[in-house]
Order: sequence, then C-alpha cells, then structure tokens
Amino acid sequence: MTTLEIKNLQVSVETEDSAKEILKGVDLTINSGETHAIMGPNGSGKSTLAYAVAGHPKYTVTGGQVLLDGEDVLAMGVDERAQAGLFLAMQYPVEVPGVTVSNFLRTAKTSIDGEAPKLRHWVKDVKVAMESLRMDPAFAERNVNEGFSGGEKKRHEILQMELIEPKIAILDETDSGLDVDALKVVSEGVNRIKDKTGLGVMLITHYTRILRYIQPDYVHVFINGRVAESGGRDLADRLEEEGYDRFLPAGV
Amino acid sequence: MSLLVDDKTHQDPQAQIGGDHRIPDQSRAARTRSFDVGAFGLPTGREEEWRFTPVDRLGAVFSDAATDDRDGDAAADHAVTAGDHVTVGTLAPGQAPRGTVLVPEDRGAAVASANTEQALHVAIDAEAELAEPVRVDVTGRGAGRRSNAHVVLEAGAHSKALVILDHTGAADHTGNLEVLVGDGAELTVVSLQRWDDEALHLAQHEALVGRDATYKHIAVSIGGGIVRMNSNVRYAGPGGDATLLGVYFADSGQHLEHRSFVDHNAPRCTSLVTYKGALQGDTARTVWVGDVLIRAEAEGIDTYELNRNLVLTDGARADSVPNLEIETGDIAGAGHASSTGRFDDEQLFYLMSRGITEDEARRLVVRGFFADIIAKIGVPEVVETLMTAIDEELSLTMGRTPAA
Repeated sequence: MTTLEIKNLQVSVETEDSAKEILKGVDLTINSGETHAIMGPNGSGKSTLAYAVAGHPKYTVTGGQVLLDGEDVLAMGVDERAQAGLFLAMQYPVEVPGVTVSNFLRTAKTSIDGEAPKLRHWVKDVKVAMESLRMDPAFAERNVNEGFSGGEKKRHEILQMELIEPKIAILDETDSGLDVDALKVVSEGVNRIKDKTGLGVMLITHYTRILRYIQPDYVHVFINGRVAESGGRDLADRLEEEGYDRFLPAGV
Repeated sequence: MSLLVDDKTHQDPQAQIGGDHRIPDQSRAARTRSFDVGAFGLPTGREEEWRFTPVDRLGAVFSDAATDDRDGDAAADHAVTAGDHVTVGTLAPGQAPRGTVLVPEDRGAAVASANTEQALHVAIDAEAELAEPVRVDVTGRGAGRRSNAHVVLEAGAHSKALVILDHTGAADHTGNLEVLVGDGAELTVVSLQRWDDEALHLAQHEALVGRDATYKHIAVSIGGGIVRMNSNVRYAGPGGDATLLGVYFADSGQHLEHRSFVDHNAPRCTSLVTYKGALQGDTARTVWVGDVLIRAEAEGIDTYELNRNLVLTDGARADSVPNLEIETGDIAGAGHASSTGRFDDEQLFYLMSRGITEDEARRLVVRGFFADIIAKIGVPEVVETLMTAIDEELSLTMGRTPAA
C-alpha cells in the first residue's frame, strides 16, 4: 500500500520579468489502487501539477509538501522520484535521437531496479507488453519518440509504465490526440497495469471521454491552481453536461 | 562561371549560427598549390582559410624547420605494422608517386613536404584483400619538438584494405598523407588524433580516387591542443565513390578544426561528407569547413555534406561552414546541411523521469548523437576506441551545469 500526499502545494514558474504563481495550494491524496481524475479547463495548472511532482526544473516549489509514504519527494532528484515509484506519462514525450526504444527501456528498468533485468525474462516481458499494446516488434529498434505518431508516443509511455511498474502514475492528458481505437488500447493498458500491480493513478484530462474506459474513483475539478471541487464519478457526468462554466468567474 | 551556394540546394538556416558566414570571393580551385614554402606567407588569421584558426599559437609548426631528431631519439616515431601483400619503403622528393597527388595547399603542408627527406611509402598489392589493417603508429616524443612527416599510401587496383594512422604522445607535428586509390580498389583510411594536450598537429590528407574505386577517410579527433586537418579528394576517372567522415570531441583549451574539399572533376562519381562533434568546457573550439566543387565535366555526380555539433556546456564555440560551388546543372544531386545545437535539457528530464541517473542520461544522449556516424564508420576497432574516449570525456563533465 502506497500513498502519495500532496499538501498545500504552491508552485511558480519563472517568466521574463517575474515569477508567476500557478499552483495556489493543492491538496490531494492518492492511495494504491485508486484512480483520481483531475479535470479542468486549459491553463488551470493541471500539467504544472504533474511536472512539479515529477521534478521538472522549470517549476519552482514555493510552499507545501509532496510525500510518498511519508518520504519527502521534493527533496529528491528527478531520477530518485522515479526510483521511489513515481511515473509521469507525458503529454508531449521527448525525442531522443540515436537511442533505441529497446536500449532506453532496458536502461530505465536497470536504473529503477538497481540491477539489470534477467535477459530471458526481460525479452519476453517486453514482447508481451508490446503485443498487448498492439505495437509492432520493429518499434523496439526505432529511436525514442523520433518520428512517432501521436498514438505511438502515448502507447510508448504506457509501455514504459507497464515495464517499470511504478507505484503511483500521473497520466498527463494521455488521451489527447488519440482516436477512439488508440484510446481503447491505451486505456486497456492502464486498467491491466492497475489490476496487476495495484497502481495508483492521477489521470489528468481535459475531456470526460477517457473516463468511459478508465473508471475514476474520485473526480477533482481543478480551477485556477487549486482543487475547486471533489466528488465521485457523477461529478464527471455533471461536467460533461455543464462544462466548467459554473466554476469560472462570470464573463470569462 | 561558378555559382557559390546554388539556391537549388538546401541550406539549413542554422548553418548561420556559427557566426560571420562569408562567401569566399574566389573558387576553391583557385587556391595556391605549391611545393615552395615561400609561396605561402606566414598566416595572419585574416586569410579566408585561416580565419578560424588560432594562428598566434602555431608559429612552431609554420616555421620552415627540420625535424627535431636527436641521436637515437626521433621527434616522432613512425611504427608500421603490415602483413603480406604490403610493401613498405621510402620516397625522396620528386620520386613518383610522391608529389603526384598531394601538392601542398597551405603553409603547414608545404613545410611538412619540404622538410621530409624520405617519405614513408606504403604500397598495397593490386587485387590483395588484406585480412588485417595496416597500422602506422605515430608517437610524438615530446611537446614542442618539431616533427615533419609525409606518408604516401598506394592501394593497388582492386585491392581491399584498411589503414589506421594513430597519433599519440605530443609533438609540433606537420603531417601529410598522400593517397592513391587504384581503379576498383576499396580503401578505408582512419586517422586517429589521440594526442596529449600539448600537441600541435597540421595535416593535409589528399586522395586521388581511381575509376570505380571506393575511398573512405575517417578522421577521429579527441586529443591535441590544436588539430587542423584538411581531408581532400579528387577523382582519376568516373564511378569513384568517396566518403569523408569525422568525429571530434573538444574540451577546454582544445581547438579541433576539420576541413574537407571534394573536387568533383569527373563524371558519375559520388561523395558523402559527414562530420559530427561535441564540445564541452570554456574555450573548447571546433571548426568544420566543407568545400565541394562540381566542375562542368562532373556530370551525373551526387554529393551531400553534413555537419552537426552538440554543445554540452556554456563557453564552447562551434563554427560550421558548408560551401558548394556548382558549374554544371546536369547532376544527380547536391546538398548540404549544418546545425549546431545545445544539449537539450528536456531530453535529460525525460530520461531522468524514468529513473535514469543524470550521468547515464547524458551518456545516452551523447552516444545517441554520434550513433548514426558510428554506424557509418563500420570499423569495430575504431568504434570501440571512440566510444571509450567519449565515455572518458563525459566522465570529466559529470556534475557540471549543462548549457542553459
């Protein structure tokens, strides 16, 4: 059982003249096996929350705490956070020329586990995971994210998650830019990993569409850098009908 | 009339990043070529071909001076390792084939030629396919000691060989390499610059590629205070194929300069020039100037040249200048590309967010940057040497702040 606690998290980003505050005190607790959907309009700070928890250097934490089973996540380096069991599936995965997917996956797995995976099991694990995400085996010899379609990038993120086996995963708009077929494959992947490992999920999304395939236990409406309202699945249904208007100041 | 940088060719806008890109006011073919040292004045740094080079530090290798050999103690050893079907001898000035292909194009090459009484001559028998590489190990015996060298390498018709020139130690070295690739021959020449920090090295490597012959020249520059290498090619007949590759890694205080000139003087030949380099540390400096001339008679040729530089830390500078002169439009293809970029922090973040340590992530990115050219090199021994050297270079910067 793992718990990620985000307490009164405040984060700013450096702009040309000054620091701009984006997260204004976020409170959120995610336990193993739970799926929390974070929904909100563009610019509300959802992605900032994801990147700040993962430790992107662009964001400065100005207050609050992030704890993973009581350990201070904010004191850890980016790699240490991943080694501790956090995973961020990115909205825009980065190209790494000249580094093959297979080399990347093996290096990541070795770093997370602290030892190289047993070759025979590893080859099989990769093959099975790729098959279930309906990825061509030739994919493993391509360079990381180079020339990948939007759908391929997202499948590759889920593939990493399946092999790395994190405790808590943050999925940052994993559904954006996916057609329905790809969305189903990716969602199946997330559900399969949840069933297998008891993964806790923070599912950041702009749309309710993905929630038809991944059932959230909790839904949080994110407005202007903080959680404005929390509820169950029904809150998502209500958002689908009403949109975010009632959370926004009049005239916006 | 020659068109300098034809507008039909692609030019990456980033080619301009290197700074004051000027179009030379004369054709590359019009440059002075002479065995007479006096034909070349002492470079001042204002000349087109010397403007990137720290000429003020090169007085020792510009002077028309003899090799500083002492009794039983050569300034630089030249140890040759060769098996069957290879003849090793010497050639005096004017003794063919010495001087038939390489005519000095700058001051350094002229003094090397004038001060080498007996050039090393390595001849590979026609139709011989060598199982083992021919090695010429050049070992500098002391910083500041003047060393002149001229090597003539002759690959007989339809022969197949790999020749490795390996420079280590330190010296003030001017070294010419004159290469005759026989008709139908397949020759790979590797020049490793693994000098100590104090070494100075000026080089002109000049090849004549025979009819239907394949020539590959690979420059690997890792060590040395200043290395400036010209790798030039022209063709003795149609159907020749030349590949000029280069990999370099410059640290603080190092100036690594590579120039290439492909003179397309025959029809239906091809050339591919690819140089890639990484830089780290204050004052690390690299220069690449790639000249290609497509003469009127060079119909049906295909050429492409590319240079990429990866700047790992602040304070380093890479210059990159592709020049393409086209005198006939009747060609299969001609293009060039050049770019210089900083180490990408987003790549670092992405890799580290998968648990990979910063050191390992940097290694992956840099190895990845060189991956395609390393695949082109195709000589396992050289690839291994190079990868080890890259890892060693990277271990020096670990913990240093990446370029912002």
